[in-house]
Amino acid sequence: MALETFRYDNRVVRKFAVATVTWGIIGFLVGLTIAIKLFAPKFLGYIPELTFGRLRPLHTNAVIFAFAGNAIFLGVYYSLPRLLKTPMYSKLLSNINFWGWQLIIVGAVITLPLGFTTSKEYAELEWPIDIAIAVVWIIFGWNMIASILKRREKHLYVAIWFYLATFITVAVLHVVNSLEIPVTLFKSYPIYAGVQDALVQWWYGHNAVAFFLTTPFLGIMYYFIPKASNRPIYSYRLSIIHFWALIFIYIWAGPHHLLYTALPWWAQSLGTVFSIMLIAPSWGGMLNGLLTLRGAWDTVRESPVLKFLVVGVTAYGMATFEGPMMSLKNVNAITHYTDYVIGHVHTGALLWNGGLSFAILYFIIPKIYDTELWSKKLANYHFWFATLGALFYVIPMYFAGITEGLMWKEFTPQGFLLYPNFLETVRQVIPMYMIRAFGGTMFITGAVLMVINLYKTARQGTFVPEVEDSAYPLVKKAEARGTTPFHRWLESKPVMFSTLTLIAILIGGLVEFLPTALIKSNVPTIASVKPYTPLELQGRDIYIREGCNNCHSQMIRPFRSETERYGEYSKPGEFVYDHPFLWGSKRTGPDLQRVGGKYPDSWHFMHMKDPTSTSPGSIMPAFTWLYTQNLDTSTTEAKIRVMQDLGVPYPQGYDKVANADLEKQAASIANDLKTNGFDADKNKEIIAVIAYLQRLGTDIKASEHKTASTGNSRSGSATTAGMN
Amino acid sequence: MYKEVLQSIEGIERYPVISLVIFFLFFVVLLYLVLRSDKGWLHHMAQLPLNDPELSKENQESEDPIHG
Repeated sequence: MALETFRYDNRVVRKFAVATVTWGIIGFLVGLTIAIKLFAPKFLGYIPELTFGRLRPLHTNAVIFAFAGNAIFLGVYYSLPRLLKTPMYSKLLSNINFWGWQLIIVGAVITLPLGFTTSKEYAELEWPIDIAIAVVWIIFGWNMIASILKRREKHLYVAIWFYLATFITVAVLHVVNSLEIPVTLFKSYPIYAGVQDALVQWWYGHNAVAFFLTTPFLGIMYYFIPKASNRPIYSYRLSIIHFWALIFIYIWAGPHHLLYTALPWWAQSLGTVFSIMLIAPSWGGMLNGLLTLRGAWDTVRESPVLKFLVVGVTAYGMATFEGPMMSLKNVNAITHYTDYVIGHVHTGALLWNGGLSFAILYFIIPKIYDTELWSKKLANYHFWFATLGALFYVIPMYFAGITEGLMWKEFTPQGFLLYPNFLETVRQVIPMYMIRAFGGTMFITGAVLMVINLYKTARQGTFVPEVEDSAYPLVKKAEARGTTPFHRWLESKPVMFSTLTLIAILIGGLVEFLPTALIKSNVPTIASVKPYTPLELQGRDIYIREGCNNCHSQMIRPFRSETERYGEYSKPGEFVYDHPFLWGSKRTGPDLQRVGGKYPDSWHFMHMKDPTSTSPGSIMPAFTWLYTQNLDTSTTEAKIRVMQDLGVPYPQGYDKVANADLEKQAASIANDLKTNGFDADKNKEIIAVIAYLQRLGTDIKASEHKTASTGNSRSGSATTAGMN
Repeated sequence: MYKEVLQSIEGIERYPVISLVIFFLFFVVLLYLVLRSDKGWLHHMAQLPLNDPELSKENQESEDPIHG
């Protein structure tokens, strides 16, 4: 059997490295921009494309899919061929993967600031881009699996299992969560509504963290820690258990994002239980990574790559302990909707994803330029800027989060809310927002040092476009199943392996889905809950366009502190026509579920133009353009028809008369404002927004009103008394 | 509310038992397989990332029970 020589392609690796660095810096800067806007709302003026609500999704998408995404491809395209002893299957597919992914990112950078968004977190991109993502992702998987099939190394190293699980699961998650019906080129409605939509979204959202920000980076950890320290992984046995336990358990934990919401409680409890169990595989993995360095800790002092890997893996351990703690209902009651979540996320994002990405950049760039890192000292500075920057970011957020959580729940001895004005709780944490921005600036400074260092490294070396390696071809002699240990056999069967992975991730999803999918026919529908009027529907879509849901929740939890502040807690039956759901996950501003009828139209009219006029000290942006832009009513018919297709009971043929109703309602609101002395034009967008806001939560208020007269009011909240 | 939802699903009482059994079996089988796996193979697997052209010679020559 002849030794075969072949060449690994470094060109695509370099492309992904450049993309990782470029999008990283852009994503961080957008993050810093919105961080500044939280304490200086006038920063950059009130330009629609640069408001917090539109830039926040751009920040999350940029750092997750552009920065971390390109880092994943960088790690995979570097390590996979070397582990398989074969070049990637197709250079063409590699390049389509690269350019396709960058085009998608450019699409996001253009559409998100323009307000084209589905509102679903980390899945904000609209349907044409969703399709592009699916295509490029499948090309990535095709290239990977085809490479695996023509490998020269019989057994698949643990890193490759993590890459495979990433490909399979992200494909499933993306497709299921993106099922939507287009209305126009850049507007669609999800096929799910309300509770179901929320469950699907957080099954996706949670597992996007699991299978986009965790499993591929664990693969990277399993390859690059041994590589950088020149030692094999601590325990290969442990890595097998780590892999299967992690992918089997992770998928179940999604509902912990919806504790105390209108999601069925059995699903919430399931989410909590599995979250606690997740500590075991997560820490198993962390320890496996760290213990690899046992007896070699002195090398960590010398190597910036190992420093970033060690702090990254440690941060992973911290975040994966903290996450399950936040899934405990009593902890979640305080941390949810607060800045604590932002702190938690950034422990993972800055140090784990950021740290590992930096580590592999520092490892790969000198290798592919056949040189040493230009300056170890500068890389060490980067390390400290990144680590301290992350601490200056995360600690104030924890402090702010607990402050908010406690202030929202604080009662006077007489039983009134101590801080009935939400703004008091906002003002309290503004200094924390400032320190956070300082931490972010430090982190970015470090990243800029890295750019300089990598550039200089590239300049001093010579690029090696291809690396030669040699190996014996794989003997096509199947190991007999009976004599080979099962897992060893399994690892030589990539297709079987992938199938088992798919089954493992589907079980959890199905168990959560099946009963919830039946909810639609089982939730006792609330008779007073009616579909939105055409004007309200248009107003709701403006609410989505402006990203209001990034700062305002629409989900009142069954605590006395919340029912006192916001009104009756949210019921599943209230959201049956909400395509998409808009429960939100963060309260930078107050909940809006029952804001309808709370203030007069004129209050909203003044508030949206200049929030400080009605709420002194407010950090909400002024939405001045809503007062100059005419409402686009050309889409009303199509929107009503899609809603009908989705099962919203508008009468037959209503799409034709919807705009007449819309005009009527708009005129009545505008007239009302005019009589109160406001210069309101019925054709402007603000009228639709006011119509929507005034509708919020009123369906239930109406029925409550009815029962109040019979003396049965508040029976719902009575059952939750004491849960404050 | 959730009780009504659950009760309306036929045979709901079997679900938790099935889940528990799947779960228990999954981990028992996994542990069994892992503990039984061959030491030589485990060693070979753990060495995989260290065998490539960009590392020093001595690593490539580490004893490899499968490929010799």
